[in-house]
Amino acid sequence: MFAAAIALAFYYAPTDADQGLSQRIFYFHVPLALTAYACFGWGAWKALRHLWKRDPQADLESYVAIHQGVIFGALTLVTGSLWAKISWGVWWSWSSDQLVLFLVLFLFYCAYFMLRYSVEPGPARANMSAVYALFGIVLVPVSFFAIRLSHDFIHPVVFSSHGPQMTGAQFFTFCVCLAAMLLLFATLYSIELAGKRLDASLRELRELLA
Amino acid sequence: MSYSRDVAALARKDLLLELRAKETLPAMLLFVVATLTIFHFALPRGTGEDASLGLLWSALVLTALLGLTRAFVAEREQSMFDALVLTPCDRSAIWLAKSLSVLVFLVCAEVIALPAFAIFFSGIDGSTVAAVALADLGICAVGTLFGAMAVAGRARELLLPLLFLPAAIPIVIGGVGGYLWFLALYDVLFALLAWATFEYVVVET
Repeated sequence: MFAAAIALAFYYAPTDADQGLSQRIFYFHVPLALTAYACFGWGAWKALRHLWKRDPQADLESYVAIHQGVIFGALTLVTGSLWAKISWGVWWSWSSDQLVLFLVLFLFYCAYFMLRYSVEPGPARANMSAVYALFGIVLVPVSFFAIRLSHDFIHPVVFSSHGPQMTGAQFFTFCVCLAAMLLLFATLYSIELAGKRLDASLRELRELLA
Repeated sequence: MSYSRDVAALARKDLLLELRAKETLPAMLLFVVATLTIFHFALPRGTGEDASLGLLWSALVLTALLGLTRAFVAEREQSMFDALVLTPCDRSAIWLAKSLSVLVFLVCAEVIALPAFAIFFSGIDGSTVAAVALADLGICAVGTLFGAMAVAGRARELLLPLLFLPAAIPIVIGGVGGYLWFLALYDVLFALLAWATFEYVVVET
């Protein structure tokens, strides 16, 4: 799926008349960003499950989703910065709301790890992480509005209220890339989750043996 | 109303403690004046009012952070957290009372800071004062919750700025831009969230 997405992005989608080849980074940058949102949303959903239903698996699942979200978020920052360099000539533009929003979220969710690793494992840590994850998901729209308020923006708005402003081939490629990215997240998520669970059961076994 | 009585009793305890020990408020006052002095020299001569207004906001957020770091110190040093959690009251009352006492400290610090700013830099108008008041509510609501999280960790004083500053970015944006409705929205949204989730943050150990 990912290979197909790469192939489509490079060979199938028409080259942008205005930006040329560099526009193709769009097919990675935007799906990466959307996937990062999906990760944070999924993490917050699991956090809510933890607090509400006392689902014993939810804490670890929430952590893994946010961990993946930070990785995808960091990649979004890098690809966004590259794209900004190529098309606007600067590495960083404060007037691009999406980039600034990702910087805010990146800072916020990095602190999530600081919080998690500074508290002893246990129900208290699970609760705090969950509450923090919920704050994160509320912070996304709030920061977005704040950043949009704060300046004039030059970030291209592809999805306006009139639907996506893309040609059919571009939109198809975009959808495939988005699906591939989400699938990549799902795979990495289940791999990391399986690894963590294995780790936990191994530790239990060791304690039983000792 | 027993809830409001609980809140009043808890807040009274914090204020009384501060009145006797005088630890937090003098520190906040000195800090905010020192910060404004530093900012005066950090700014190039002849910078406009907008730039200095931005500095006022950074000074206020940092001062609030200083107060918030101290907010749960008494409970931690006397290991009173468990006792506080075990008191027969709604746990969100603890949050509300703590937020109120931090708010009182912050407002006291601002009573000095805003005139000092007006003298050092430029005059401030009513809308700035309103924005500061609204921002205070949000800062205290979010900061108190994060403060309770931070004291549970090993890093403590180190952790709170990391947790709090990213969440305070919208406050600074709204404050510098003078978007009062946005600050009010932030307050309502995060105060409700903090009020609802605080009981999960303080669990008996």
